[in-house]
Amino acid sequence: MSVVSTGTPLAGFNGRQIVYSALRRPGLLAAVVFLLIIAAGTSWPQLLTSYNPIAADPLQAQLPPSAAHWFGTDQLGRDVFSRVVHGARYSILIGVSAVVIAAVVGSILGLFAGLARGIVDEAITRFLDVVSAFPDLLLALVLISFTGPGTFNLIFALGVASIPRFARVVRAQTFVIAESGYVEQARTFGLTPAVLVLRHILPHAMAQVPILATIGLGTAIIGAAGLSFLGMGPQPPIPEWGAMLAEGRNYLRVAWWIGVWPGVAITLTVISVSVLGRQWQAAFEGRRQQ
Amino acid sequence: MTALINIRNLTIGFPKGHEANVVVRGLDLTIHRGESVALVGESGSGKSVTARSLVGLTGQGASVTADVFDIDGENALNFHERKWRQLRGSKIGFVLQDALVSLDPLRRISQQVSDALGNGGLFSRRDIHDESLTLLNSVGIPNPVQRLPQYPHQLSGGLRQRALIATAIAREPALVIADEPTTALDATVQKQILDLLAERKRAGNTLLLISHDLAIVSRLADRVLVMRNGEVVEEGPTAEILSAPSHPYTRQLLDAIPSATSRGYRLAPDLGSVVSSSPAENPAVIGQVERLKVLLPAKSIDPKRKMLRVEHLSKHYGSGAAASLVVNDVSFDLSAGEALGIVGESGSGKTTVARIVLGLVKPDAGKVSIDGQPWSELSEGQRRAHRAGVQLIAQDALSSFDPRYTVERIVGESLDSVAVFGAERRRRVLEVLDSVRLGPAYLNRHPRDLSGGQRQRVAIARAFAPRPKLLVADEPVSALDVSIQAQVLDLLAELQAASGTSLLFISHDLGVVHHLTDRVVVMKEGRIVETGNVDSVFSAPRHSYTQSLLEAIPSIA
Repeated sequence: MSVVSTGTPLAGFNGRQIVYSALRRPGLLAAVVFLLIIAAGTSWPQLLTSYNPIAADPLQAQLPPSAAHWFGTDQLGRDVFSRVVHGARYSILIGVSAVVIAAVVGSILGLFAGLARGIVDEAITRFLDVVSAFPDLLLALVLISFTGPGTFNLIFALGVASIPRFARVVRAQTFVIAESGYVEQARTFGLTPAVLVLRHILPHAMAQVPILATIGLGTAIIGAAGLSFLGMGPQPPIPEWGAMLAEGRNYLRVAWWIGVWPGVAITLTVISVSVLGRQWQAAFEGRRQQ
Repeated sequence: MTALINIRNLTIGFPKGHEANVVVRGLDLTIHRGESVALVGESGSGKSVTARSLVGLTGQGASVTADVFDIDGENALNFHERKWRQLRGSKIGFVLQDALVSLDPLRRISQQVSDALGNGGLFSRRDIHDESLTLLNSVGIPNPVQRLPQYPHQLSGGLRQRALIATAIAREPALVIADEPTTALDATVQKQILDLLAERKRAGNTLLLISHDLAIVSRLADRVLVMRNGEVVEEGPTAEILSAPSHPYTRQLLDAIPSATSRGYRLAPDLGSVVSSSPAENPAVIGQVERLKVLLPAKSIDPKRKMLRVEHLSKHYGSGAAASLVVNDVSFDLSAGEALGIVGESGSGKTTVARIVLGLVKPDAGKVSIDGQPWSELSEGQRRAHRAGVQLIAQDALSSFDPRYTVERIVGESLDSVAVFGAERRRRVLEVLDSVRLGPAYLNRHPRDLSGGQRQRVAIARAFAPRPKLLVADEPVSALDVSIQAQVLDLLAELQAASGTSLLFISHDLGVVHHLTDRVVVMKEGRIVETGNVDSVFSAPRHSYTQSLLEAIPSIA
């Protein structure tokens, strides 16, 4: 009996609704605004600052924050605000690239394991068990110790470390969907296995990957900053947030602004990304319950 | 003596947006002690909400108003939740449709029964145990000592439903409400449950039965209320309603029941090319109280051309000691244009046979050939080219649709196999949708926005789109109301006759099989026990199992 239907239909959103629901969640709104600023800094840093982030000017060294230098200057006289803005490009791109690698490789592995089952599944699952037996950061450190420090090696190491998270989810989903009524029905249409997978299995198995990726992005950015802090990432004078934090550490007593601002940037970015990812996940799960 | 239930002008509404959505309108209901009354109507007629209002479970936000709402002489209209709680179980017991859902899967039968017996320190542990045993005995559960410590999933469907009834009658309520108590059950199990309820009725218990099927209530109810769109359209003694219905809608419900006498005729008025959501809106029906004897198009059967031949099929699942033979030496054939029914209870192996015929499961032994060509021996790659000729209509239409797809893509996809694309495909999709009475407006709809009957019609359109030689329908109507089932069966029969497609129809419902098919195969525990012409098998069954199946059909007699 479907007499009792009090649920609201999935109506299309209009502009007023979006504004209204955003005002009800100021945290979400702040996260979105902050990420838009970061995105601007990543794609077009000159828009936000006119200082060169690399050119040293010893005469201007260690100036506290002022109207001319909003975040002050560092030990070599470079504008900290400019370095934080330009640094967004490195920190964000390392994080995003690592997550993309993990998501793509993880999804492919998960899909294969879920479809092939048997010995292939066993092999892939055991490999994932080994990878996830190490803490992400430790595994990344080990990998970098083989490949040597550098931007690309950092991306690779962080990406590999978070493959299992994606592979596990996609594998489980593939199992369920491969058994579903519509996949069976599609088989009776005489679709080739490749078409069947691309058309009916992959899109459903991947449904949660973008959400996982958003949540994983925060972790990846922290991981990237942490490894850069240890000198495993982009080398000076590249303005990467983690590396800047490491440089600023030595001057914390005399010039706090050199280290604190990149730290604030890392913290706010990670929080914003996580807020957004969790919100998305909640919305997705709410939709599935309907 | 006052009536147990006395309700005048009951109206139930749910707030929907700004206006109230009224689901029950001006309903009068009187139930005397010892009487059994049935509420009959299709989904959405308001029968379940009415029943729920009697135990104060209409749900949040519902507005219940009535001129008189007396339960056992007490005005229940302003009952508080506390008062309702005292009434539920002790005065009114409620049996829900699906025992698998209604029993807590994590609690033992003994716990659920003792929950229902109530506490208050009235019973000692030993008393509760004895009381539970008596209770399970009274609902005909064999070997109750063994059943008490078990969990619901360890019980068969029939035993589960009995256990649920036991919890409802535990405190000997004056009234038991049974909401579609047998809908999910096989014919023989359904009979057992109906017998149990009939026995309670004979013992003088009061019963309110809710059902969409007039045949089921005919055996049990003294009085019937036929509901449609929240209103009672007809009320009277059961025999009178069944033999001489005065309202066209009651006539329609009676006609919708598939049986031997309905063979060759339509079960429901034609939906027409312009589809209305409910048959009630079809003006042709109003005023028509006599049976509509509209002939279905005649089939042309070519007995020389065997479209499907199944020879000595066997299949087992599991291995070693746990191996079980689900299909055991099954052979039958199906002529071009013919409809063959496979009948059996859950677990008889009929669905496995269907999956082997579809080439989804490989048989251990035996072979399947289609239109004289080998089929089961082919590799999947060889078979793929011929798959368009064999189509499937599944039981649960919704789960057979990719949830991302619109109706147009769902139906169109079956044309991949015959390489029909572009404008040609669109034309064919519109054509088959029109043949199931769905207009172009449905092309962009998603399956979740369709009703159960519409979904099954989309599934039928999809199956016929590539012009298959053979159609396998696995319980295609078992999840539908009688009136919706009638529409779907009519469409299936009409399209099958028009296209000359052979039909393999799998069902546990003998009435449906008798109505639709020409020959029948009766399966039990993986074997064929009887086969032959529908009329001869059903009028003079040779095997005792077929006889017991036939006896289990609730019929209007």
